[in-house]
Amino acid sequence: MYQVRLWSTRRARGLETLYQAFERALVTLDPLWRRIGYERLERPVAAVERAIKGVLFDCQMCGQCALSDTGMSCSMNCPKSMRNGPCGGVRADGRCEVTPSMRCVWVEAWEGSQRMRRGRDSIHVVRPAVDRRLSGTSSWLRIAREKAAHPS
Amino acid sequence: MIFADEPAPGDPLPILPGHSSPGRFERVLRAGAFAVTAELSPPDSADPEDVYTRARVFDGRVDAINATDGSGANCHMSSVAVCALLTRVGYSPILQISCRDRNRIAIQGDILGAAAMGVANLLCLTGDGVQAGDHPQAKPVFDLDCMSLTEIARRLRDEGRFESGRALTTRPKVFLGAVENPFTPPYDWRPLRLAKKIAAGAQFIQTQYCFDVPLLRQFMARLDDLGLLDQVFILVGVGPLPSARTAQWLRHHVAGVHIPDAVVERLAGAARPKAEGRTICIELIQEIREIKGVSGVHVMAYRQEEAVAEVIDASGVLNGRIPWYPERHKNLLQEKVAP
Repeated sequence: MYQVRLWSTRRARGLETLYQAFERALVTLDPLWRRIGYERLERPVAAVERAIKGVLFDCQMCGQCALSDTGMSCSMNCPKSMRNGPCGGVRADGRCEVTPSMRCVWVEAWEGSQRMRRGRDSIHVVRPAVDRRLSGTSSWLRIAREKAAHPS
Repeated sequence: MIFADEPAPGDPLPILPGHSSPGRFERVLRAGAFAVTAELSPPDSADPEDVYTRARVFDGRVDAINATDGSGANCHMSSVAVCALLTRVGYSPILQISCRDRNRIAIQGDILGAAAMGVANLLCLTGDGVQAGDHPQAKPVFDLDCMSLTEIARRLRDEGRFESGRALTTRPKVFLGAVENPFTPPYDWRPLRLAKKIAAGAQFIQTQYCFDVPLLRQFMARLDDLGLLDQVFILVGVGPLPSARTAQWLRHHVAGVHIPDAVVERLAGAARPKAEGRTICIELIQEIREIKGVSGVHVMAYRQEEAVAEVIDASGVLNGRIPWYPERHKNLLQEKVAP
């Protein structure tokens, strides 16, 4: 779904607005999620998340979604799993060093971020190393649980 | 160049106030000298003498020697081992750490081990993909990226903690470096990305090969606008090209190397391309040293390491200064002893 992935970064601003509303709803519904039980929800929600984000972003389900900070370009599609920007090997035409058939995930991310409101600045924040334990789990539920517990 | 508080070769220098490491390289940079570093290509051998032979060709011309970590994803002697051999006789190596081959457990262990063996400088990089090298069938690790690696190294040193949070008993006193490639897209992000590396802990930067001075000038001017030049030492990558054919090969096979057509044409039109390549390199160094914010050059002279001395001497960047090397140290000590 490479073409859809490129479409998503071109629509980064709209997706940002949409996601922010969705995230607010997720967090507001925390009491409901708790009543049902986050553990029971994990598998079905992760499956839905995988399906939707898989189509839109070629999401790899790292479980610690950073799309809002990476211009709506999933950085886990980078063959070097870069989480903080492009490596030094980007080709002059913006294609990937390792997989020349695709544009650099981070060239896409940069262009996407420049279309966003919050994402324009948050791309400059250093992201920590990936926690591999979260792989395959739902970022949505994790964010709902964490933001409901520590509203900032 | 010998410091007043010079220890026996192989022993650490006292750490001055405001310095991070007991190394010569940081001393030279913080003293405001124009620094020269060079890349040593590690041998495909288990003989320590092969490392010393390769280091000796730089004697008296370089302030630090980069030990590459499987550069181009090719297998060679490990960078930690090369560095450990070099520190034994007093050289100042820069340990390159790539994220391609090891996970965070191995890398943090290497940083502690290297510091214990006298390594005072680290260079954090992501590394080339395995497809570029002689083992394309290998598993690419990339557990960390250059940025999280830099931050983890800084935490080991400044907070005395592993990434897990577990405390160290003795911290690695290292001068932290990162790399940048101003010559590849997205060009307008590169300066801001450097700011991110500084935020992660980078104190010095070594760049990819520069053959395009106008592009470098633009990059440096942007760093100046962002107020970053006081926060980091920048060493610009240079190297002599032996022929137009090699230039073409580098352009097409080594990721991120940008060589303008004018340079290739000049090599192609030269009667003695090898000499012309060195002349181009000397001219580049002389132009680069005049750019505001450049603290030194990093010479990568793959398979023509003997050219480093010639290029550095002819460029005049050392200004008569002779960087420390083991033989010179011995001679100076003998002169001191002699009445």
